[in-house]
Amino acid sequence: MSPPPTPEPGKSPAMAAPTWANSATRPQAFLRGFVVMVETPGLVLFASALGFGALARDSGFELGHALFLTAVFYALPGQVLLVDQFARGSAILAAAFAVSLTGIRLFPMTVTLIPLVRDDRSPRWLTLLVAHYVAVTAWVEAHRRLGPLPAHLRLCHFLGLGSALLCNTTAGTAFGFLLVGGVSAVVSAAFLFMTPLYFLTSLVATSRTAADRLAVLFGLALGPPLFLLLPGFDLLAAGVIGGTLAHRLGKHYQ
Amino acid sequence: MSALDDGFGGYLVLALIAALAHEPWRWAGLLVGRRIDAEGEVFQWVRAVSTALVAALVARLVLFPAGALDTVPIGIRVGAFACGLGFFLLAGRRVWAAVAFGATLLAAGKLLSG
Repeated sequence: MSPPPTPEPGKSPAMAAPTWANSATRPQAFLRGFVVMVETPGLVLFASALGFGALARDSGFELGHALFLTAVFYALPGQVLLVDQFARGSAILAAAFAVSLTGIRLFPMTVTLIPLVRDDRSPRWLTLLVAHYVAVTAWVEAHRRLGPLPAHLRLCHFLGLGSALLCNTTAGTAFGFLLVGGVSAVVSAAFLFMTPLYFLTSLVATSRTAADRLAVLFGLALGPPLFLLLPGFDLLAAGVIGGTLAHRLGKHYQ
Repeated sequence: MSALDDGFGGYLVLALIAALAHEPWRWAGLLVGRRIDAEGEVFQWVRAVSTALVAALVARLVLFPAGALDTVPIGIRVGAFACGLGFFLLAGRRVWAAVAFGATLLAAGKLLSG
């Protein structure tokens, strides 16, 4: 897939900071993040949320509940699973347990995000909001954008990203609920298909080290068999096994 | 829809599930993330774990999808995905173009296959 990792010291040359960052204030960094609303990640997330909105309506959810669920979960896989569980008439505890398993992936993602946005000047409660904004789209964008930025702009830039993406996913849910129900299965399928393709191309675009690229390959290869062997724990197992192998092997290239 | 009450009761159930079953993973990540160094070995390892985990999610979404994507034959899903990725790698690494290309191929494949 990606070109063979360069043998030179692990990382390819650091990306340069975007020119706007040279003289930006923190509010400007927030706005620069907020613009993601009309960029590829925002639009793909909107399209994915359309599919979720349609699913929520088909499952008998009220619009208000669907929007509330989107806002408090802010993670489509968990939302889809919960709606599906309720539609099948599962017990609330069983549904909560299944949802909790989908949330495990948010743990390592938050662990790696927090050190990037940490600064001494921002109030601590803001990092609770940062943690809530951790979801795959925001995480992928953060790893692509935050590294090159000056440290004092990162937190605000991420809050801008997360706030915009929250608007996108909520708006997508509403539109999907109200409109997409009437759209053909072909269009719905195409919308849903954008999410995995966006995730993977972004991961490849963001990968800088040999370990990053190997982690992508191992995750792809381990995911399906582990889904069949350990449903519910498949993502965690694929992440730990694939990530550990990639981390170890990646060091050999350094 | 037996389990979710209308109106306020439904909101309460959703809020409780979020606060007790979903959001605590983020809070735990926050507590650990505050203590680790972004240049350090642990950070690099957790980053590799997260990356592999997202890649595994991608494979699951394509091979074992939920909803309308399930109605598309698996060969078309995998083919359109591979073409989208190939397009990304060969044609300038533009994410939006690859996503649009792959989704269009999927729709075309679904229409042609009936």
